[in-house]
Amino acid sequence: MIPSCFEYHKATSIADAIAKLQDNEDAKLLAGGHSLLPMMKLRFSEAPYLVDINGIEGLKGISIDGDTITIGAMTTESELIRSDTLQQYCPLLVEAAKLVADPQVRNKGTIGGDVAHGDPGNDHPAVMLALDAQLVIHGPDGERTIPANGFFLGTYWTALDEYEILVAIKVPALKSGTGHGYHKLKRKTGDYAVAGSAVVVEMNGDVVRDIRIGLTNVAPMAIRAEAAEDLIRGNRVDDVLLKAVEKAIVAACDPAVDLRGDEEYKSHMAAIMARRAIIQAIENAKE
Amino acid sequence: MDTVADKQKREDSLNGVGCSRKRKEDARFIQGKGNYTDDIKMPGMLFADMVRSPYAHARIISINTEKALALPGVHAVLTAADLKPLNLHWMPTLAGDVQAVLADEKVHFQYQEVALVVADDRYIAADAIDLVEVEYEELPVLVDPHKAMTTEAPILREDLVGKMEGAHSTRKHDNHIFNWQAGEKDATDRVFDAAEVTVSQDMVYHRVHPCPLETCGCVASMDKINGKLTVYLTSQAPHVVRTVVSMLSGLPESSVRIVSPDIGGGFGNKVGIYPGYVASIVASIVLGVPVKWVEDRMENISTTAFARDYHMRGELAADSNGIIKALRVNVLADHGAFDSCADPSKFPAGFMHICTGSYDIPVAHLNVDGVYTNKAPGGVSYRCSFRVTEAVYVIERTIDVLAQKLGIDKAEIRRRNFVKKEQFPYTTCLGFELDSGDYHTALEKVLDAVDYKGLRREQEEKRANGELMGIGLVTFTEVVGAGPSKSCDILGVGMFDSAEIRVHPTGSVMARMGTITQGQGHQTTYAQIIASELGITSDEIAIEEGDTDTSPYGLGTYGSRSTPVGGAATAVAARKIKAKAKKIAAHLLEVSEDDLEWEVDRFKVKGVPGQEKTMKDIAWAAYNNVPEGMEPGLEAVDYYDPPNFTFPFGAYLCVVDIDKDTGVTDIRRFYALDDCGTRINPMIIDGQIHGGLTEGYAVAMGQEMPYDEEGNLLGNTLMDYFLPTFVETPKWETDYTVTPSPHHPIGAKGVAESPHVGSIPTFTSAMVDAFAHLDVTHMDMPHNAYRVWKQIKALGLLDN
Amino acid sequence: MAKQAVSFTLNGKTVDVLVEPRELLIHTLRENLNQTGAHIGCETSHCGVCTVDIDGESVKSCTLLTVQTAGSDVKSVEGMATADGLHVIQQAFVDEHGLQCGFCTPGMLMRAYRFLQENPDPNDEEIRWGMSGNLCRCTGYQNIINAVKTAAKNLQQA
Ligand SMILES: Cc1cc2nc3c(=O)[nH]c(=O)nc-3n(C[C@H](O)[C@H](O)[C@H](O)COP(=O)(O)OP(=O)(O)OC[C@H]3O[C@@H](n4cnc5c(N)ncnc54)[C@H](O)[C@@H]3O)c2cc1C
Ligand code: FES
Ligand code: FES
Repeated sequence: MIPSCFEYHKATSIADAIAKLQDNEDAKLLAGGHSLLPMMKLRFSEAPYLVDINGIEGLKGISIDGDTITIGAMTTESELIRSDTLQQYCPLLVEAAKLVADPQVRNKGTIGGDVAHGDPGNDHPAVMLALDAQLVIHGPDGERTIPANGFFLGTYWTALDEYEILVAIKVPALKSGTGHGYHKLKRKTGDYAVAGSAVVVEMNGDVVRDIRIGLTNVAPMAIRAEAAEDLIRGNRVDDVLLKAVEKAIVAACDPAVDLRGDEEYKSHMAAIMARRAIIQAIENAKE
Repeated sequence: MDTVADKQKREDSLNGVGCSRKRKEDARFIQGKGNYTDDIKMPGMLFADMVRSPYAHARIISINTEKALALPGVHAVLTAADLKPLNLHWMPTLAGDVQAVLADEKVHFQYQEVALVVADDRYIAADAIDLVEVEYEELPVLVDPHKAMTTEAPILREDLVGKMEGAHSTRKHDNHIFNWQAGEKDATDRVFDAAEVTVSQDMVYHRVHPCPLETCGCVASMDKINGKLTVYLTSQAPHVVRTVVSMLSGLPESSVRIVSPDIGGGFGNKVGIYPGYVASIVASIVLGVPVKWVEDRMENISTTAFARDYHMRGELAADSNGIIKALRVNVLADHGAFDSCADPSKFPAGFMHICTGSYDIPVAHLNVDGVYTNKAPGGVSYRCSFRVTEAVYVIERTIDVLAQKLGIDKAEIRRRNFVKKEQFPYTTCLGFELDSGDYHTALEKVLDAVDYKGLRREQEEKRANGELMGIGLVTFTEVVGAGPSKSCDILGVGMFDSAEIRVHPTGSVMARMGTITQGQGHQTTYAQIIASELGITSDEIAIEEGDTDTSPYGLGTYGSRSTPVGGAATAVAARKIKAKAKKIAAHLLEVSEDDLEWEVDRFKVKGVPGQEKTMKDIAWAAYNNVPEGMEPGLEAVDYYDPPNFTFPFGAYLCVVDIDKDTGVTDIRRFYALDDCGTRINPMIIDGQIHGGLTEGYAVAMGQEMPYDEEGNLLGNTLMDYFLPTFVETPKWETDYTVTPSPHHPIGAKGVAESPHVGSIPTFTSAMVDAFAHLDVTHMDMPHNAYRVWKQIKALGLLDN
Repeated sequence: MAKQAVSFTLNGKTVDVLVEPRELLIHTLRENLNQTGAHIGCETSHCGVCTVDIDGESVKSCTLLTVQTAGSDVKSVEGMATADGLHVIQQAFVDEHGLQCGFCTPGMLMRAYRFLQENPDPNDEEIRWGMSGNLCRCTGYQNIINAVKTAAKNLQQA
């Protein structure tokens, strides 16, 4: 399991990285490398040119400004887990990061790579959808910020244009009356989700004022369970409603069949994970 | 002087049998100084990589090596055409079949070896295999063993067409390998026909892979000047490899040196002789330089070499009290494309006939048919003695089914059928002589330890609430330590094992064995045996294994045979030394041998305090003052041919809780009681049991090698192939009883495999038990969440 | 492909190597620098036998390009023991029988070394989670957990 030959360039700035992407056909960015290098070792990907963005200043770190938390794309999973800011203002990201891969992989894998890779099995995309994150992107034409909702277009396919770099992710800080939950079913530590679900709720007393449900690995890309959200929005959550929500989620899923399970199992597991995440989120909102 | 205390002190200082001596081998491993095959570097060494078939069954139309050869750094590309003139394109298997070294005209399984590329380093080799162009014509694929002997089945082995006399029996079909039977068919059928109660259960013991963390590999080095071939390789049986290599290459055995260096786990994966080894040896002979070949993990899982794949039916006839009257077992064995099982030659189904288990069964019949399919060859003993895991599984599962049918508790039905302590030695109706056992004591100890009755009460309550809780129970008997050479041989070489012990003038010891450690700690435990026998501290006893130039011939380490056979040879060789030492002591003390008695580390003249010679004194004398007519020196060799196998047993209990929503199982408790006879090093025994239980857990709960209809192996990386991590692995509780083997020189029986053999049916027993109140009698492995959820759904237990 | 010169620190000493960009750190360590303590087990980043410590973090060296380590501080199992003897963690693995075939051991030790700095007083569950990137086929982990606990205790006393 050895990658085929490629050239390597360590970018010094975002502009440098973009220029190298433009100058070299089929060049790819190298972030944590923990999705890219395994694919190259299996020769599923034979990128002839890698632009390493690890040395670029300003792509790492977590800061909070008013209601908005900004996370640099090159921030690693381990850094998310260790962040007091996130622990306090966006514990969902910490929880989700803890369920990604294993300690060594989390030391290298970045949130930006996890989102940009477009792998439906990755955990952060569903979390981004639930958080209603904004993605800050740099390209040859400058900077643009787009919502995560609509970013994930298919397997290994996102709204990133050729030569664009995801530089930061903005998520809202947790307000009182909001709650988060992420549940993931996996076969073992270090495995991608059989199904996962990220949920953010805004409560008004017992009533759910707003809810966003993101689903992991049950469609060609991370998806929002909008029909299920509609059922819940404006209502009190009870067992009867949750049953209907589960059905709506099963209907929304379109998973690939693999050794983790068939369509039926994965869709049902998405529903179970979502139910658990909803209950957890509502519980958290009360605190 | 306090003689009792002094004696105890001397005894303790030996670090002999029974003490938890720290391991001798650890020092190098913890400092990164182990010497595994891939660590070996030789001057001028080249690196080989294998071109493999993408198809499960196809004709090779052409192979074009030009582009690969044109790549700078590539030295050779070997194909069957290159091996043919040397008559090395096929090799004999240990099971009496032949296997293609490099595919000859046809490929028979996905990932089969097609060409070997030899290059300057592994990077160039990896590039070059992509440049070898092979044109295939796809053929119909046979995946399902149940279809192998139908008229529509494609014929796989064209080389065998018309050869209906197989190595073990007449073949009934071109895809048939052998039929093997044990016991009395007619008598068994008659008992079944007349029985008050019968049960029958079909079960699949699925295909799995031993998957040690180190894959297989070798460094072959042909020294053309001295005419000597040295091969470092990951082998659990280096001497057997030398014999085979000699037979294949025509080199005398004295010109072949096989070295098994440190081995990163074997578990049966490293018993076989694989095409990669043979092709690398040929490459080294052809090129005259050392050649290294190390498979990657995908190659390991896909080709070298699977275990199990037994499709079984277990049937029991009994009376209404659950007393077993007869057992019938039918097996369809999927051996893949070549029969390269590593069983003793006369036992194509290994020791499957231990399937009468721990029970007093009057009559039985076992029928096994082996067939070819378009899958990788193998059939190795994955952490077990030849097919014992399958045997234990079928009897333990079937007796549970019987208990369920009769409404008798699992523990009670076992109690009623156990071979009783006073019945030993007990000859089973399928021909094994169980030398010793005390099954009732073991079972009761476990039931008490876990409060079995309390668990059953709790289960009642849980069931009433609709929760799924299961209790698994297994009381197994293994047969290990192959074996008596009257019945067991490999390629005609009897399955003895050997030890050669030399006591140096200053009383330290060098001992060499025919076995080879892969983590079992032989360097530690063999020294303990010698220490106790000779009264020399184990810290001054060096153990060496694995180099065929220096160690005596042995059959190697698998099937828990090291302690039963190699350990016995060690004890007997030490006793030969001790006998000579006694003569020397008598000479030194000027008394007759009858006047001497042994105490810990010395011979004493009976009744004369102070008149004594320590083993150290005697060792010195052996080199300068021996009795007249005696040859000097103090050493001995023993080739030990055991009179019988040994029969470790145990009682295991497991409690599971199943999440109905997801099918996820929590192993709440696992209690394992093992009886391995005399316990040489309790620390090591416990470690072996933890490891075996963990591998059993992996097999029962997750490992699988699924093939799709085209014969593609799905899931051959560690992403899919289930090796449990720290997080999934349950916490193990261990316990023991001690029933020494009466025929083994120190009463030891072998331990490392029983936890694997015993735990697997225990998990299934627990899983089925969780659904037993819903009339479920069996669930096939692996019991992963997905499959369990399917079961839950099929039973209508999902709440919607 | 043209080779590049790369320097980094390995167990306190500066090393200079000439590598293709695609060369993986595990191969540089094992083939180029003859440090064969770290092993290769899966090549898909699952087993952790290739674990080394880079700039204060545990990393799977099969999933890192050597060119990426330029200027880094790399520690491998070979650097654990000092002239004063074995590292406390190494000794704990011997004392608690935390290894059998030894193949996973270098990676296990390197991970334990870093983990005990991240969490100097872990309980069983934290050890299981913190070490979960390292597989072992032999020990069933139980004695490794004991070894890590023993090491934690001894490190605190030291
Ligand atoms: C054993 C193992 C288990 C894993 N388990 C999980 C899991 O459970 N959940 C999970 O979510 N992930 C899992 N992963 C994936 C891991 O989290 C990856 O690290 C992550 O998917 C990619 O991040 P990276 O920084 O490593 O990106 P890289 O591998 O460097 O890059 C991935 C892709 O994204 C592109 N890219 C990277 N950064 C940017 C950017 N800033 N802008 C634009 N494009 C970019 C690259 O060009 C490349 O195409 C696992 C990986 C392994 C090896
Ligand atoms: S070889 Fe690096 S993680 Fe397995
Ligand atoms: S000791 Fe063998 S893999 Fe861990």
